[in-house]
Amino acid sequence: MPETTAVPLLEVTGLHVSISGREVLRGIDLTIHAGETHVLLGPNGSGKTTLLSTLVGLPGYDVTSGSVTFKDADLLAMSVDKRARAGIGLAFQRPPAVRGVRLRQVMEVAAGGSIDATRVDTIAEELDVAAMLERDVNLGFSGGEAKRSEMAQLLAQEPELALIDEPESGVDLDNIAVVGGAIAHLLKGDLASERPRAGLIVTHTGHILQFVNADVGHVLFDGRLACEGNPLDLIDDIVSHGYEKCVECALCRP
Amino acid sequence: MPTVDEILLTDAQRARLAEIRVAAESAATKPAAYGSDMDLDALGTAAARNRVASLASLEKQIREIAAEVGMDTSEEGRSGSYFQLDRTPIYEKVAAAFDEAIEIMSTEEALVRYPEEMLDRWWWRAVAPEQDKYTALVALKQTEGYFIRVKTGHTVEKPIQACLFVSESDVSQNVHNVIVVEDGAEANIITGCTIHPEVRGGLHAGISEFYIGKGAKLTFTMIHNWAEEFHVRPRTVIDIDDDGTYVNNYIMLRPVRSIQAFPIARCRGERSRAVFNSIVYGLADSCIDLGSETVLEGAGSRSEAVARTVSRDRSVVYSRGRLIGRTDSCKAHLDCRGIVLSDQSVQWAIPDLASEGAPGAELSHEAAISPIAEEEVYYLMSRGVPRDEAVSMITRGFLDLEIPGLPPALRRQIDEAIAATAAEGM
Repeated sequence: MPETTAVPLLEVTGLHVSISGREVLRGIDLTIHAGETHVLLGPNGSGKTTLLSTLVGLPGYDVTSGSVTFKDADLLAMSVDKRARAGIGLAFQRPPAVRGVRLRQVMEVAAGGSIDATRVDTIAEELDVAAMLERDVNLGFSGGEAKRSEMAQLLAQEPELALIDEPESGVDLDNIAVVGGAIAHLLKGDLASERPRAGLIVTHTGHILQFVNADVGHVLFDGRLACEGNPLDLIDDIVSHGYEKCVECALCRP
Repeated sequence: MPTVDEILLTDAQRARLAEIRVAAESAATKPAAYGSDMDLDALGTAAARNRVASLASLEKQIREIAAEVGMDTSEEGRSGSYFQLDRTPIYEKVAAAFDEAIEIMSTEEALVRYPEEMLDRWWWRAVAPEQDKYTALVALKQTEGYFIRVKTGHTVEKPIQACLFVSESDVSQNVHNVIVVEDGAEANIITGCTIHPEVRGGLHAGISEFYIGKGAKLTFTMIHNWAEEFHVRPRTVIDIDDDGTYVNNYIMLRPVRSIQAFPIARCRGERSRAVFNSIVYGLADSCIDLGSETVLEGAGSRSEAVARTVSRDRSVVYSRGRLIGRTDSCKAHLDCRGIVLSDQSVQWAIPDLASEGAPGAELSHEAAISPIAEEEVYYLMSRGVPRDEAVSMITRGFLDLEIPGLPPALRRQIDEAIAATAAEGM
């Protein structure tokens, strides 16, 4: 694990979140320091996307108790756009199509309007989205195109905390490699050497870990972070025994 | 130049002119099928103005206003120009390089020079003078209008521009325009219709008869800028021959008292094609009733109509689209979307499809009026865009139709107009 700074980048304490009155997160405690890459594992419906959406501030996720601080500020008090400008970026699992707004424009605004065309083109080349730059964002994008487009936007934004929701779902191995390479570039490569960045990657299968060297793994089960450990060990355990057995092991339930 | 009354016409031609007059007189008080009615008696007729030597010699303010409706007053980016101020064609010019390809003059002059072609083939041959009181008004009290002919086989890439400008209040400008794109010819025409900012009330009534020859193509882009007390009643019919293509782009982003127009494209020829794209922004107390009709008569004819409407304030907008299939192998689609941004604004989307004795006709439509999706707003906000800017970006994107074949200069102009309007509106 990399050396951590004293003040955490993100600190989630006792977070309870409901959707339409149904409690989905039931007390999440999570600390992420600059420079760390965390992986969030868990079965379908366990609340992984809910946690990411809550951190970003999307509507429909009601925080009923708990707190979230980001760089010492109360994240929950900030609007969605302010959180993004403060340094939180999300690669959506299923991003919405926006007619008439082109991928290039979204990359430009994500960079705070201060990105030059060459930088956009470099990112586009890295993620193989050059042919999509002038297309309406997400309109008719295939699964792989959407994932690459989301990562291209994150690379333009260069957030301090990148939240990446299931980068490998519904895409083929070639696309996983491209997206995984970009995640590694953002979190561990030269973009991270300018400033230490942190990541929280939601994965269902763990395939992305072939490309991204993650530091800490968590298992989100039944609305709580039930396990913490080496990401690859956790995945091995889950593959062998399933989630239910994994979270019952002695390490997690001492 | 003599007037049409002074030249020697055949008996048949005189009879035809009389017939037009009688037909128009019969409709002098006939309200239009759509849109609000208005009193024409209170309006005077547009006055005569002095001619100018070049568009650059126009008064600065007039040049600026004309530029907002797509006019290039330097004329560098244009193959030809027509400028009408109130009732007078104050300027017509074809750039030297296009002398062989284009003719531009007032329709009055075209009647004198080509009485036979005009009266037999084009003049009131597509639009009926007795359609309503506005066609009657133009037939009986015409104040010029342009005649543009693109000659056989010539492709004119640089746009031709025409400006119809009203500079005084409480008059009607009653223009009658004829465009002929001969067989195998191709052109872009930009028409900007606008008024001086000091003009209060008034009317622009315009008859437009366009004839697209065999294998010919016309991209006709009309930009309208009016004001809160001004009325507009265009009447347009486009006749398209075999393999001909007509693309109509219409843009109106400023308030108007009332506008009602329902251009009709008649796909008469085999494999003929008509496309209507329109971008309309309803503001203030505007009463807007716009749409298009395509009649598909020729075998294999095609049509597509795309309308995007945003309405604010107390504006009332009707967006109509009608497709009439009269041949088995025709195919056409309407796509009509609206966003209502004010709880005092009203929008109607009225798609209308008919198959008349054509069991094989394929006609379809998508019509939707819906708010800006919150999901899209939040998506952009999650990239750091403040809410109001996100809404503005989406509105701008919604109106920013991909119009294929639009000259890049015009593309930029439309982008700028939409950007300015979206920024103001938000």
